[in-house]
Amino acid sequence: MILPIIEARNVSKVLGAGAGQVRAVKNLDLSLAGGKLIVLMGPSGSGKTTLLSLLGCMLTPTEGTVFVCGHSTEGAGPEQLAKIRRQHIGFVFQSFHLFPTLTAEENVRLALDVRGERRRRAQTKSREVLERFGLAHKVAAFPRDLSGGEQQRVAIARAVVAEPSAILADEPTAALDGANGQAIMTILASAARQHGRAVLVVTHDTRLLEFADRILYIEDGALTHEERTGGNVYRMRA
Amino acid sequence: MSLVLTLASRNLFQDRLRFVATLIGIVFSVVLVMVQMGLYLGFGRMVTTMIDHAAADLWVVSKGASSFEDLTLLDIRARDRLPGIDGVAQVIPVVIGFADWHRQTDGRVKPVFVVGSDLNAGALVPWNLVDGSVEALRSTDAVAVDRTYFDNLGVSGIDSTAEIRGQPARVAAVTDGIRSFTTTPYVFADLSRARAYIGLPPTKFNHFIVRVRSGADVKSVQHDIQSNVPDVDVLTPAEFRDRSRSFWLFGTGAGAALFAGALLGVIVGTVIVAQTLYSSTKDHLYEFATLRAIGCSNGYIYRVIVWQALLNAVLGFALAAAIGFVVVQITAKSALPIVITPTLVGGLFGLTVVMCVGSAITAIIRVIRIDPVMVMSR
Repeated sequence: MILPIIEARNVSKVLGAGAGQVRAVKNLDLSLAGGKLIVLMGPSGSGKTTLLSLLGCMLTPTEGTVFVCGHSTEGAGPEQLAKIRRQHIGFVFQSFHLFPTLTAEENVRLALDVRGERRRRAQTKSREVLERFGLAHKVAAFPRDLSGGEQQRVAIARAVVAEPSAILADEPTAALDGANGQAIMTILASAARQHGRAVLVVTHDTRLLEFADRILYIEDGALTHEERTGGNVYRMRA
Repeated sequence: MSLVLTLASRNLFQDRLRFVATLIGIVFSVVLVMVQMGLYLGFGRMVTTMIDHAAADLWVVSKGASSFEDLTLLDIRARDRLPGIDGVAQVIPVVIGFADWHRQTDGRVKPVFVVGSDLNAGALVPWNLVDGSVEALRSTDAVAVDRTYFDNLGVSGIDSTAEIRGQPARVAAVTDGIRSFTTTPYVFADLSRARAYIGLPPTKFNHFIVRVRSGADVKSVQHDIQSNVPDVDVLTPAEFRDRSRSFWLFGTGAGAALFAGALLGVIVGTVIVAQTLYSSTKDHLYEFATLRAIGCSNGYIYRVIVWQALLNAVLGFALAAAIGFVVVQITAKSALPIVITPTLVGGLFGLTVVMCVGSAITAIIRVIRIDPVMVMSR
């Protein structure tokens, strides 16, 4: 049996306090296996980003446990959670979150630098990844000199350069046009299928569904149903 | 090189206006501290200049004498007891006092501070002579003055004349740089002339310089003198220096004022650097949150902020040191030169680093509270 890379067991998350308290994720079970691209869809406020944050160890569950590569995050402090993220997870954000004062190569290298990788080796790896993503001619460019699509490719390069077991992407194509969105999804699909990573993409964009191995639907903090390649639909909640 | 330094330097230089404002704050602060401490050192040296230039093994001064300039008198009986004490080789009397200098040129009167000792003993004679000689001071009415005070005293050089307390005085030697922190010029003369200028009877003295016999233990002689002549204070030059500095710098409040100025500089510098670092950190909050989100440790982020502070410190200090060097040159010949020693420079650099890194604490506290999940909402 193949162990899931990320697994959520009976996870709930309550956000806010007092009258403004919201149960953003409710008793949710989910496992992400390597080699698959999973798309998480749902309306605004359905709990997609909260779930992604829980799976990415940026939030800790109010109830239940998240396992990353077999490690439980239960009771882990901020530094331990940061270590888990550093060792196992790559993130891609909707607004790219590149460092404006760093070049494309330095932005990618940052992911290795925080892991203590030596500069020369980190530089070589970063350039290789950028080259693979068609950005060999942009290594010295600053984010302001890159198009939206190029910036997101740099952001994905930063997410994959340290070879994490999982990549979590929050609306990675929301700020891009159709062609760039397709190109980004191709890269993410390749990260899953060719490199054996678990890739979870949160999106609203139905055009991206063709890239998915699994499609999860979330509503009011609970997974409602799932579609798998081949059109099989599994109802998860009544 | 880690990207920590790259990130720190680029964060710093990105907003040039803020960077320049920070540097101005640091330079202002460091120069202020440097000048205050330089004045402190300069003042400290000036108040002990006579002690520093006297060839003394021990000083015998009146009980509780605060400094070289203390005019309390010692009686001749004290002097008479000193030569008989084991280890004492020579006792050289010193007289000091204020007197009126009548300018020959226009008849105006200026106060002077007369210093007299036995020239034959050579224990306290004018130094840095640029004209005339110590030998020439043995001639009738001869005095030595510093050329800085020529205008003040209405003289132009050797053989210029004046009257001190109604008695003739003739410039026989000219010094350079023997300046008084009180702005009252020093006038050197042989013991008997000085006594006449001050109006001191032959039985009274201000201090005695004691030289001990070759091979004698100074501390032991000091103890023996103190035991035999209990109504005086017997001090080594270092002790007399400390006492003089302590009186002039702290007894008068001058030192406290200088330290208060320096402290003000440190506070201003710390506040300015803390404020700019904090605002820079706030501007880059999403970047720090991104770092946190991609798994960066808190230590890595602290290093970025501390490096920013260190860069501020090094650049600010370099500029301040250059200004300090110019200030030292400008004040070198002034009544109160600013003295900057290598130790002071090293200490100031350390203080600048501590000030800047200490200022990073507020920024670090802000970063500690960063929630990485904030990058998801933007």
